[in-house]
Amino acid sequence: MVDNGIGASVLRKEDNRFLTGKGNYTDDVNVLGQTHAYFIRSPHAHATIDRIDVSAASASEGVIAVFTGDDLEKDGIGPLICGVNVTSDDGEPHRAPLHPALAQGKVNYVGDHIAVVIAETLAQAKDAAEKVEIDYGVLPAIADTATAADNGQQQIHDVAPGNTCYNWPFGDKSAVEEAFETAHKISTLELVNNRMVTNPMEPRAALGDYNSGTEEITLHVTTQNPHVHRLVLSAFNQLAPEHKLRVVGPDVGGGFGVKIFVYAEELVVGWACRKVNRPVKWTSDRTEAFMSDAHGRDHVAFAEMAMDERGKFLAMRVNTTANLGAYLSTFSTMVPSYLYAFLLAGQYSTPLIYSEVKAVFTNTAPVDAARGAGRPEATYLLERLVDVCAEDIGLDPAEIRRRNFIPVDAFPYQTPVVQCYDSGDYPAALEKALSLADYDGFSERAKEAKSRGKRRGIGLSSYVEACGIAPSAAVGQLGAGVGLWESAQVRFNPTGNVQVFTGTHSHGQGHETTFAQLITEQLGVPLENIEVIHGDTAKTQFGMGTYGSRSLAVGGVAIAKACEKLIAKGKKIAAHALEAAEGDIEFEEGNFSVAGTDKSMNIAEVAFNAYVPHSYPEGLEPGFDENAFFDPLNFSFPAGTHVCEIEVDPETGEVEIVKYSAVDDFGKLINPMIVEGQVHGGIVHGVGQALLEGCQYDADGQLITASYMDYAMPRADNVPSFDVDYAPTNPPDNPLGVKGCGEAGAIGAPPAVINAITNALGIKHIDMPATPENVWRAAQSMG
Amino acid sequence: MVNVSMSVNGKSVTGEVEERTLLVQFLRENLRLTGTHIGCDTSQCGACVVHVDGVSVKSCTMLAVQANSTEVTTIEGLAANGDLHPMQQAFKDNHGLQCGFCTPGMVMSAIDIVNRNGNDLDETTVRKELEGNICRCTGYHNIVKSIQAGAKSMGG
Repeated sequence: MVDNGIGASVLRKEDNRFLTGKGNYTDDVNVLGQTHAYFIRSPHAHATIDRIDVSAASASEGVIAVFTGDDLEKDGIGPLICGVNVTSDDGEPHRAPLHPALAQGKVNYVGDHIAVVIAETLAQAKDAAEKVEIDYGVLPAIADTATAADNGQQQIHDVAPGNTCYNWPFGDKSAVEEAFETAHKISTLELVNNRMVTNPMEPRAALGDYNSGTEEITLHVTTQNPHVHRLVLSAFNQLAPEHKLRVVGPDVGGGFGVKIFVYAEELVVGWACRKVNRPVKWTSDRTEAFMSDAHGRDHVAFAEMAMDERGKFLAMRVNTTANLGAYLSTFSTMVPSYLYAFLLAGQYSTPLIYSEVKAVFTNTAPVDAARGAGRPEATYLLERLVDVCAEDIGLDPAEIRRRNFIPVDAFPYQTPVVQCYDSGDYPAALEKALSLADYDGFSERAKEAKSRGKRRGIGLSSYVEACGIAPSAAVGQLGAGVGLWESAQVRFNPTGNVQVFTGTHSHGQGHETTFAQLITEQLGVPLENIEVIHGDTAKTQFGMGTYGSRSLAVGGVAIAKACEKLIAKGKKIAAHALEAAEGDIEFEEGNFSVAGTDKSMNIAEVAFNAYVPHSYPEGLEPGFDENAFFDPLNFSFPAGTHVCEIEVDPETGEVEIVKYSAVDDFGKLINPMIVEGQVHGGIVHGVGQALLEGCQYDADGQLITASYMDYAMPRADNVPSFDVDYAPTNPPDNPLGVKGCGEAGAIGAPPAVINAITNALGIKHIDMPATPENVWRAAQSMG
Repeated sequence: MVNVSMSVNGKSVTGEVEERTLLVQFLRENLRLTGTHIGCDTSQCGACVVHVDGVSVKSCTMLAVQANSTEVTTIEGLAANGDLHPMQQAFKDNHGLQCGFCTPGMVMSAIDIVNRNGNDLDETTVRKELEGNICRCTGYHNIVKSIQAGAKSMGG
């Protein structure tokens, strides 16, 4: 057993710099001669731009340049792209309106970028921005998801009649219809999945620096995937050739999906630094973040389940309208399609599923992946519907789940919606969660609460999600423009310490610790002699970044594969040095030894030999430094049951979470402390959606929630501490036996919370966010 | 432009700033003390909390000139001789941080909470006192644990 290897709750290596103020976030980076950019954004949801006059602004004190969309067009920069095709039901690709980085002729949402002012100081840029004259021709706007595609609605883009991006049916419609015709019982539910603003605490930022000598642009940017940024900015936005563009994502203060995408500001800053031949910095303020970060969720759906007499699910039918906002963000099209409909089986053996998704344009900020991306929407719909089914058929919510779970011996399990689940033991997680939550004792607690005038409720959510994104061939078939492998380089230095270069990116997940533990486990190198390096295209070979809980399940395996190569090479070097046959060399806990003897040398000595090859195997390359790429065989399917117990004060509508129990299957845990932290954060993200958060546009498309005064983020006194446990299974398709854990909480929590509220109030449904006002109204209406 | 002078982390500093310069801007831009962060523009998030004359202040709500002649402590000023402050150590020991962006403000607020409420803090007190600090990563569970543990070790 090595110390600090797999399974050890090692304290994080990265913490000291964050705790002492030595983190290095994009806005902390300053370069000599830097200028400041300020973007002029549309105050209207939908308008023509009839005239822009930048002359007064250009003459303002400290101003270096003012640019508009015409300047970008002249240089052939942009437009922004969406990288995943979804074929609509007419056989045509999804409708993709032109998305210029600075609007030309028309703006389509509040916050849409129109012009940029670059000045010596930010204050000067802001002062000058007020002098830019813009004449707007205000048009009627549409912000509402459910009615965006209705006849007679204001049309947003000529290329998208009916404001429709795509209609995407999936499944065997007639077989599902037939099952519904003969079913014993049909349960139905109409629901909204509320729009969220992702809100990592670090706002987005970019700093472009052009070196006219090397003709290279260095772009520091708040990114979860530096190489993806470089690829898109080079290949599609014409910013610079890949080899002349360095993208650095230094410390990044939370991502949750919103920093995957390539945004207008990043492209404009990268371009403008060459144009003015000075470094250009832009940092979003929070209101800009609310206006222009890609938002999440925003569905309206109608779901039906057909059951037999015993409450066994026979078929499910779902009709969903998904709001994509005014333009297509980088991966937006795949979120309400592949990442949503393919998860509608959940943990159940429902044999027939039919789904129709209509993706619509509205005059709102673009919507894209946000923690869980599609899977929270699918899980919320399904787990709410299951509770309605339980009520309709007269079963306990736990019992109806038991009756419909995919049996343990059915794995790998092919669902009717593409995904083939790798491993799972859903009953085990359910029973463990019920026990952790003292489910059997609930009725006593409810009685006691009632005596105090409170209403207590308990809610379950048995979720499964698909992460570890993803097998390249599978996503390619679906229309993705990239492969989703991951790469790693494990480099020994001659003195025996190790640098690990990973293509994933850590923005809170603790990779510098978890990945070092993998190396310690596999190579026996002490943790303090390992440095994990990420986030810089000039340092790391390549990588697809971090999202979809893929870093360990995909990137970790690439690291393990590079280690295997080092061990294989090390055996050759050790065999030569120890004068033994290669086949007799064994490697364990950092030592190469000759089987059956006491002759051995440690891996640091082997590394030294490889760099100082004075006596060395003939024909073997010097150096101790290996690269590996890994393309996953399958998605990873974490699953679990969460149980939420709440108390409602019917007088105020306030909901207090009194107990929250989560039992998850993440396969093998590398660092349980870090995993548990991911679970906590995910749950609170989900609780935020269920109880507090809701991005609101008014009927004219004005953003009503544009600051933390209007948009309720979960705070410490909104949530309790959590009871977390695990019911692991061994996923056969993953060489490390691991599953992703970063999104599970945000996926599992919303239905658990809402199921608890409907249970407390004895109502069929309440939409999220279940704010005190909404809950109070529901409580009053039941008398 | 006006001149300001104050003590920051025990060192006398002076600077010439525009009157509208916020304390957080003075710290980050003039002094390059970038450990103090800006997470919002409405004084809601608490990423910018520092101590002014020993009391926690959101440095985005105070002009640099208002801090004239005061003693300011930022996250960079807590660790003495390379040893983490007991509250910093407690955050590390209890995994009270993930991305690290809200962390400096959390730690500065936490020390102020202990200064005002003592070393034996129950969970409810800590959660209520943290109303001015937002974290998106941790779900607060481990931050609360960290502050309770840090409060104890600050008591010696």
